[in-house]
Amino acid sequence: MEHYNMNLTLKVWRQKNKNDQGRFETLQAKNISSEMSFLEMFDVVNEELINEGKDPIAFDHDCREGICGMCSMHINGRAHGPWDGTTTCQLHMRAFKDGDTITVEPWRAGAFPVVKDLTVDRSAFDRIIEAGGYISVNTGNAQDANCIPVDKAKADLAFAAAACIGCGACVAACKNSSAMLFVSAKVSQLALLPQGHPEKHSRALNMVAQMDKEGFGSCTNTGACEAECPKEISLTNIARLNREFIGAGFSSEK
Amino acid sequence: MLDSKIPKGPLNSKWEDYKGHCKLVNPANKRSLEIIVVGTGLAGASAAASLGELGYKVKAFCFQDSPRRAHSIAAQGGINAAKNYQNDGDSVFRLFYDTVKGGDYRAREANVHRLAEVSGNIIDQCVAQGVPFAREYGGLLSNRSFGGTQVQRTFYAAGQTGQQLLLGAYSALERQVALGNVKMYNRHEMLDIVKIDGKARGIIARNLINGELERHFGHAVLICSGGYGNVFFLSTNAMGSNVTAAWKATRNGAYFANPCFTQIHPTCIPVSGDHQSKLTLMSESLRNDGRIWVPKKQNDTRKASDIPEEERDYYLERRYPAFGNLVPRDVASRAAKERCDAGYGVGSSKQAVYLDFAAAIERYGNIEVGKRQMNNVSKEEIIKLGKEVVAEKYGNLFDMYAKITGENPYETPMRIYPAVHYTMGGLWVDYELGTTVPGLYSLGEANFSDHGANRLGASALMQGLADGYFVIPYTVGNYLADEIRTKAIPTDHPAFVEAEKKVRDTINKFFAIKGTKSVDFFHKKLGKIMWDKCGMARNEQGLKEAIQEIKALRAEFWSNVRVPGEANEFNPELEKAGRVADFLELGELMCLDALNRRESCGGHFREESQTEDGEAKRDDENFSYVAAWEYKGEGQYELHKEPLVFEECKPTQRSYK
Repeated sequence: MEHYNMNLTLKVWRQKNKNDQGRFETLQAKNISSEMSFLEMFDVVNEELINEGKDPIAFDHDCREGICGMCSMHINGRAHGPWDGTTTCQLHMRAFKDGDTITVEPWRAGAFPVVKDLTVDRSAFDRIIEAGGYISVNTGNAQDANCIPVDKAKADLAFAAAACIGCGACVAACKNSSAMLFVSAKVSQLALLPQGHPEKHSRALNMVAQMDKEGFGSCTNTGACEAECPKEISLTNIARLNREFIGAGFSSEK
Repeated sequence: MLDSKIPKGPLNSKWEDYKGHCKLVNPANKRSLEIIVVGTGLAGASAAASLGELGYKVKAFCFQDSPRRAHSIAAQGGINAAKNYQNDGDSVFRLFYDTVKGGDYRAREANVHRLAEVSGNIIDQCVAQGVPFAREYGGLLSNRSFGGTQVQRTFYAAGQTGQQLLLGAYSALERQVALGNVKMYNRHEMLDIVKIDGKARGIIARNLINGELERHFGHAVLICSGGYGNVFFLSTNAMGSNVTAAWKATRNGAYFANPCFTQIHPTCIPVSGDHQSKLTLMSESLRNDGRIWVPKKQNDTRKASDIPEEERDYYLERRYPAFGNLVPRDVASRAAKERCDAGYGVGSSKQAVYLDFAAAIERYGNIEVGKRQMNNVSKEEIIKLGKEVVAEKYGNLFDMYAKITGENPYETPMRIYPAVHYTMGGLWVDYELGTTVPGLYSLGEANFSDHGANRLGASALMQGLADGYFVIPYTVGNYLADEIRTKAIPTDHPAFVEAEKKVRDTINKFFAIKGTKSVDFFHKKLGKIMWDKCGMARNEQGLKEAIQEIKALRAEFWSNVRVPGEANEFNPELEKAGRVADFLELGELMCLDALNRRESCGGHFREESQTEDGEAKRDDENFSYVAAWEYKGEGQYELHKEPLVFEECKPTQRSYK
């Protein structure tokens, strides 16, 4: 792989805090190596801003290996940028060429208010999990692990759903700002496993209710969430959530 | 005098005995007892959830935007447990023994035995929570083997075991939040401990969104803030991983144990340039099939494919014929460094060695040809079949490598280099996980207790969850039973006022410096000193130099750092400044500890203490102790020794020749 350096123009969303109106700022990123990750390019730009006595760009990031779900940039109109199945931190600069202009925005969703610049508040996701994204088992309650055999096919599906990193790209990509892919991934994981059965009805109803309360939109089956999900969570989870939800509605005794 | 509070009696009944005799707190009293948990990784989340379930009033803090982000999430390989589901001879004793031996006989036997005892309960608990572990076709749990053991005791969820375990603990935690038993403080960073009458009684935390300093009371404080590998700037840790909470505990009287014990993982993607912000691990399992080599000629600039077989040096196979490419982590790391330092490194930085799958691809290809009873097969066809087999085994790792480096590891050998990965040292704790400050506890990677001088693969997840789910609920109760008459102390108490003022003064100091260099500038400099002189190999002269260099760097930091922005806003640069200030103190202590320990053991290699053929040499006569350091003012520490007594495991020298 030949490495190269490039000069780029960045149009970055700057917003001092959630009450500020915000605006795009145009910045130059000079001498960027194709070997850098996208966030390392931001490190270089920030270092420059600090040296010039300016305020660096605030953005969320932590593990930088694509698993913590903290990074969250909308790059050239795509959540996490141009590569499929990739988080922002794993996107590398060889995806761009000298002279490119790159537009970087925070997740855009009413339920994810901007904290500062590219950082948003995703605590709504925590509250959705609080509404039922768990199995009610206290520490010490458990029986021997192998007392609960699980059909391998179902276990694999549950694992695929559980791979969700809670980054919010699905919401950012959705024209309705729906959180259905996120909610359905958790509901599916637990509904597919026998351990999750006792609470499956209340879980689906409560998590969806909380999702609505947080101001996320409805699902119109566009599929943008699946296309942009860095962990490639399948749309079939939403179908499963709908089955669980409707089933719960019929069987609920409340 | 350090009291490790190890219960009397035979090793295998100590924990049973402890549980049978420790004090209990009745449910009504639990409701008025408050516990602060700092950090929400495996240790913190599992502790907060379990203590909330018991009815304590819990407050949990994390600096990330959600507890689900903690760096436990990045663990790949698996979690050990002595279930013996495979009927291959595993037992609690064997897990205990492997862990003590793997730690090069620098861990406390009683703690490690307890860890092995509760390991099975962890798997039960996680499965009950819905953690999707890998399973066999019969529906039962699958196991694999891992380094340093002869049995299959590792439970896993593809290469995302840490993620699945953390999300399990996170969901248990969020359930307690919903029930009102735990109050969660996201985007909050603990910046000091509050002590009243010698006991830990609360913390000062900064709300990272608006910069406000908050005072929080607790009858007990649990530090579950992870390891300090980021002192090296470049490590496999998350960018935010830091020592601040543990270091504030140290400055408030908690001893810091074995700080020089750091684990360097041999197979990471190498540094590509000065812009590098972190390093990424490639699972150890790759060494099962990959062959490690460098050119026989120094400064060889040819492409790997242009270097003929006879001009390649498979140095691990040459030096360690018995174990070859499968020597333990510390040995493999040092051997790679030795070759690169001697001028045989590859890639543009010359700080890398090749991990080559060509031989494995051909071997697997031939096996496929045999299995399928094919005739007259071309070389290309064999290679193609071999690549398919390798892709099945390691596909996700190869993809990750390709994404980061832009190179295709099926065609050209991977370039790898060792990187800092885990820290075995941490806050000194007794058997109850209590630090030397009453009421202040430490769990998980933040404490020093279970891994000695070297941690075995798949044991970090086990320890974090053991501490949080199964140990602390008993041991903290034993302390709190005597606190039921202590009313919640109002946070206008002078100790809170003073602690908050100290934190505010430090923050103001950062802004007042108005220097010319960014925080990262200092962090990178510190990292380079640590890596060069307190990294994979250490010697007296280098360590002495490092101590002086760190002192000078610290002085420069406090006179020339530039922290932009303001205190009362979301300000990641200010957060970093506080963390690097603490790393600048810890780094010095690590060098001091490494200087004091004139032996080689586990991850700590002192060049003065090696065998004739360059292998690590332990000195049990003089160094069979835990080095616990007491903070006595900036740059001043007093050493306290906890002798290690081995009743069950007889220390032996390791050999892989």
